[in-house]
Amino acid sequence: MNNTRIKTPRAAFGKLLLNESRLAWRIPISIGMGLGLPLLLLVIFSILPGTRQAQSIFGGVSYFALTFPILLALTILTVSIEVMPRSLIKYRETGILRRLSVTPVPPGWLLAAQIVINLEIAVAGLIILTAAGVTAFGLEPPKNLLGFLLAYLLTVTSLFAVGLCIAAFVRSDAVANGIGAILFFALLFFGGLWIPRPLMPPVLINISNWTPLGASVDALQRAMQGLFPSLPSLLVLMVYTVVFGYLAVRYFKWE
Amino acid sequence: MIKNTNTIAITVSHLKKTYGNVKAVEDVSFEVSEGEIFGMLGPNGAGKTTTVECITGLRHPDGGTISVLGHDPQSDRDALHPIVGVQLQSSTFPDKLKVGEILDMYQSFYPNPANPEELAQALGLSEKLGSYYKTLSGGQKQRLSVALALIGRPKVAVLDEMTTGLDPQARLDTWELIERTRGQGTTIILVTHYMEEAERLCDRVALIDYGRIVALDTPDGLAEKVTGGKQVRFVPSQPFDDQLLKALPEVKTIEYQGKHVKVVGSGQLVNAIIQTLAQNGVEALDIQSEGATLEDAFVKLTGRHIHEDKEAESA
Repeated sequence: MNNTRIKTPRAAFGKLLLNESRLAWRIPISIGMGLGLPLLLLVIFSILPGTRQAQSIFGGVSYFALTFPILLALTILTVSIEVMPRSLIKYRETGILRRLSVTPVPPGWLLAAQIVINLEIAVAGLIILTAAGVTAFGLEPPKNLLGFLLAYLLTVTSLFAVGLCIAAFVRSDAVANGIGAILFFALLFFGGLWIPRPLMPPVLINISNWTPLGASVDALQRAMQGLFPSLPSLLVLMVYTVVFGYLAVRYFKWE
Repeated sequence: MIKNTNTIAITVSHLKKTYGNVKAVEDVSFEVSEGEIFGMLGPNGAGKTTTVECITGLRHPDGGTISVLGHDPQSDRDALHPIVGVQLQSSTFPDKLKVGEILDMYQSFYPNPANPEELAQALGLSEKLGSYYKTLSGGQKQRLSVALALIGRPKVAVLDEMTTGLDPQARLDTWELIERTRGQGTTIILVTHYMEEAERLCDRVALIDYGRIVALDTPDGLAEKVTGGKQVRFVPSQPFDDQLLKALPEVKTIEYQGKHVKVVGSGQLVNAIIQTLAQNGVEALDIQSEGATLEDAFVKLTGRHIHEDKEAESA
């Protein structure tokens, strides 16, 4: 009645997060595709004959070690490009964000909860894939841990920024689904899933260097071999983070 | 019925809202007292939903001012959201959340929430607390959305077509809940196109058409004002002096239609006629009483029916 502003209980964010986690668990695309698929590929790549031998055409690393960063990126790609934008767009399309906007809870909290959940899945992917690779399939742990974590972090921020940007500009879930699928395979291609980067012709490698997955795989690869990620790759990831992050924040609409 | 005499909870003054070329709300003004149930009645596209969306801060008015408990819904959203409960016409929730989980989350948003189980009970949703939203019927989804509007124990509740799609029993239960909620001091704005609902619940009703309020009064007042009052038809057991009836304060006009007598008036018209005639040894046979309804009022004021298609409205 009078002007006392009532603070939203902090428990509210916890409940939002809890329900978003339940949804992630009950609609297991993020866990199935984000964790299951790279794990399956990890097993396949490691048991194919010859994939674990160092190859001179790959700059002295094995095919297995070469594709490992792509598998890590696959988890991030799934949650950031496939899962998160579609959830948010569906929430907007069906009026869930609008309904939330007339409660004391800022709708931005739902966005934050989505980011937290998908971040958790990405980190789970990093831990599970690395642990499985190192313990079961003879993968050498990253020799430059700091550089590796930095490259991983920037991969996450850049791809999440791209995903949020899709959520900001695309109105319908069907369109987001199409865009997500195209981006998903295009980025994986330039990351080197089908043609490993060392084998790409100059034109392709030049494009690859400018894509988030190309830059990410390059940065992660170097860190695994003990080098610090190259500055251009880190810069590319930073530019994606800043530009797409800005566009997402600037143009995101609740209804 | 109105609890606090004339403490104004909501003031809407010369509200205007245009979408492109379409004037959704032309010029709407009204006040709602604290603890009042205020109805907004009108056909689809009359501007009811736009008006309440402006009141809840969901839309920015093109002109006019709105005050809800002393706050501007646009500039003072943070102050209003904890004390205003809203039921939107088109709200959905994630398919794979359970009813109990949605209620539990929404109660956590408010500083002094109602008990989710009790609310679910009052709306007949107790058995559905463990069910996925996806599995609910349209009526159950509707009742959940009413529950979520009331879960924060709001000072003002805005309910947009809360009983659309409900079966008669669920509608009665919902009406009871709304009456109890008002009994606890909540001011309620009710958008509806069910006449019966407006007549049963509302202290006052605004009839809205083409973005304007065409009439605003109590449901009885509206009906009587527009149609001239109640009508009673009967066959007298023997001829009588019609001055007997004309002298009654309840009676306005008397008309002979063959053997029938048609009396138009107001108040306890039937009782007054029967008693007066009986005192003079006359019986009124075949009595038929027709109260003027809000529907009559609406047709008279706008020249059309609220429902183009007649829906079953038995309750």
